[in-house]
Amino acid sequence: MNCTEFIAKLDELFERHNIHEQLREELRAHLVQCEHCVVTYNTTKQTIEIYRDHELYELPNELQEQLHTAIMARCAQAKRCP
Amino acid sequence: MSTIQSSDVQEIHPDVALVERARAGDLAAFDQLVRQYERQLFRIAQHITQNREDAQDVVQDAFFKAYQKLEQFQGNSKFYTWLVRIAVNEALMRLRKRRTAKTVSMDEDVQTEEGSLPRDFADWGPNPEQQYKQSELKEILQKTIQGLPPGFRTVFTLRDVEGLSTEETAEALKLSIPAVKSRLLRARLQLRERLSRYFRSTKEATAEGARH
Repeated sequence: MNCTEFIAKLDELFERHNIHEQLREELRAHLVQCEHCVVTYNTTKQTIEIYRDHELYELPNELQEQLHTAIMARCAQAKRCP
Repeated sequence: MSTIQSSDVQEIHPDVALVERARAGDLAAFDQLVRQYERQLFRIAQHITQNREDAQDVVQDAFFKAYQKLEQFQGNSKFYTWLVRIAVNEALMRLRKRRTAKTVSMDEDVQTEEGSLPRDFADWGPNPEQQYKQSELKEILQKTIQGLPPGFRTVFTLRDVEGLSTEETAEALKLSIPAVKSRLLRARLQLRERLSRYFRSTKEATAEGARH
C-alpha cells in the first residue's frame, strides 16, 4: 500500500461498524513504515475528536423554551396531511 | 442443529410508539419528540446555515412539516433520521435564499480531483486546549468549519458531530454510501489541513517561521 492508497482508505481506521479487518491490517502495516501517514492519521483523529468534544452551537435553555413553545403552538393549529 | 432466532426479532424503537400516538392526535406525544430532538436539530441547522436566526426558523419549520406529514413517515427508517432529512432540506433552502444568486446543494463544490487531497505533514502540539483559551478555540473551530463547502460540512456534522452512522447519513441526505464516505474523507482532511495552521506543534511552527 502506498501513501495515496492509504489516504483514500484512511476512514476505515475510524469506522466503528462494518469493520474490514484485512483492510485495517494493511493500513496499520503502512503506518509502521510511513511517518508522514502517521501524522496524517493522528491529526485527522484529533480533528474528529475536537469537533466531537466541543459543542459549537449551544441552544440556551431560555431560547430552547421559546422555540419549543413556538413549535407546539404552530402544531396545535395545524391540519395534518392525510 | 439449533438455530439462533433472536436476529429475526427486530427491536422496536421507543419513538415508534410516540409517533403512533401523535398520529392518533395526541399532541403531548409529539411534544415529547420535539423535546427529545430540538437541540440536535438546532445544532445541525446552525452548522449548515451558519446563522442563528436561520437555524431557529429551520428547526421550527422542520418540526412543523414533520407534524403535518406524520402519515408519510414509513417507519422503515428511524424517526430521527427522517426528521434530520427534513431539517437538512430546510437548512439548505435557507442557505440558498441567503445567497440569492447562487445555488446551494449537497453537490456544491464537492467535485475534487482524486489526487488533490491536501497533505500537511506537520504534527500538532500536545493539546490544542492548552494552546488556546476556550473562547478562542471555539472561534477557531467555527471559522474552520465555516470554510467548508455546505455539502462537506453537512456530511461531517451528521457523521462526526452528531454521530449518525454512514447508512443513516446516506438516508438523511439521499446520497449513496460511497458518496457519503468520499465527502466525509474530504471534509475531515480539509478540516485537518486548516486546523493545522493553528495547532501544529510549536517546534515545527518555529522552524517554518525561520524559513520565511
